[in-house]
Amino acid sequence: MGALAINATLIGEVIAFAILIALTLKFVWPPLMNAIEERQRKIAEGLEAADRAHRELAEADTRAADEVRKARAEAASIIERANQQAAQIVDKARIDALAVAAREKATAQADIENMAHRARAELRAQVASLAVEGASKILGREIDAGTHKALLDDLVAGI
Amino acid sequence: MSAESGGESFTEYIQHHLTFWNAPLTHAGGLASVHIDTLIMSCVLGGIFFVWFWWFARRATSGVPGKGQAFVELALEFVDGQVKDAWHGSRKFLGPMALTIFFWVFVMSLMDVLPVDGIPTAAEATGAKYFRPVPTADVNVTFAMSLSVLVLTIFFGFRAKGVRHYFRDVVSAPFTAKNVFMKVLLAPFNILMFVIEMITQPISLALRLFGNIFAGDLLFMLVAGLMTHFLSLWYPLGILGYAVWSIFEMLIIMIQAFIFMYLSVTYIAMAQQHH
Repeated sequence: MGALAINATLIGEVIAFAILIALTLKFVWPPLMNAIEERQRKIAEGLEAADRAHRELAEADTRAADEVRKARAEAASIIERANQQAAQIVDKARIDALAVAAREKATAQADIENMAHRARAELRAQVASLAVEGASKILGREIDAGTHKALLDDLVAGI
Repeated sequence: MSAESGGESFTEYIQHHLTFWNAPLTHAGGLASVHIDTLIMSCVLGGIFFVWFWWFARRATSGVPGKGQAFVELALEFVDGQVKDAWHGSRKFLGPMALTIFFWVFVMSLMDVLPVDGIPTAAEATGAKYFRPVPTADVNVTFAMSLSVLVLTIFFGFRAKGVRHYFRDVVSAPFTAKNVFMKVLLAPFNILMFVIEMITQPISLALRLFGNIFAGDLLFMLVAGLMTHFLSLWYPLGILGYAVWSIFEMLIIMIQAFIFMYLSVTYIAMAQQHH
């Protein structure tokens, strides 16, 4: 039996214990600890990056909102300016058109007057000749245009 | 009764299970002999522990760990946390040492819950007449570890304080005094306390583990022996008893492995504290 028998086994076990600790110390602990610490660092970095991204996103959001507001204001001012310009252009066009129309109207009136004047003069002349012809037919003889010039002129002026 | 176990009486059965595979190194034997079974089992189990952890340590990744690596890391972090609680200095040595102690003691004691006849029967088939498969039920193993821890305690004490300061603490602590006369008066008691500490630490460490595992082992033997020798009609009852005790023994094994690890770390940490 000898449950409490201490013997040379003890020395063997001390050596085994020492070897086992040495192996663990060299081949087990450092790589696993490095992996754990590396992962902890990675997770910490990841969390920080997420935080930073979150902050940046919020900043970008406010910046974008700003930009949109500015763009809207600018667009509004551009539209207003455009409207003003359009109104100006329309006004100017109307004034120009009115001027052109007035000018055209004056020319046309002058033409009409001219033509009417001429027509009247022609009519007078024709009336004079018709009157002479008519009179000569009535009188049966030729009225000498030269001798009755004064009379005819008088007639024409009377028409 | 004896017909059931091949001519072995109950007492013989127990005695057979309690006998080491003893190999004398000299003709005298006695101290100069080794327990082959203890050596084989402890080395094989230590090897299993090492290969298991080394397998995952070798391919350890800082990315997403596999299940095997996750378990190994969990064990490592648990041990590391315990060491950190007890000692605030470098854990370059104490960490691996604690891990080795915990898992080596655990796997060695775990042989307890294997069927008590299993390994001895297998060993008998290869020619070993006696074979005790639980190394921690051998005082040689537990004392080998506790004495190693004692050596480490003194070594780390020297390293942390320097030899002179170390011995000054031996003389002047834990009982301290202001004047020289009282110091001289208290010195013998301080030395006595130190000596007692140095003796009780390894003995309590070794015997606690040995006692727990040996008692568990013995109970398994008794249950198995009673089952085959007296209670053959109550075989199911024996199996039930065996199962219940296995579950309880698992708890004991874990607690003992933890205590051995924790006390070892604590002793070494205490030796480095300045008074």
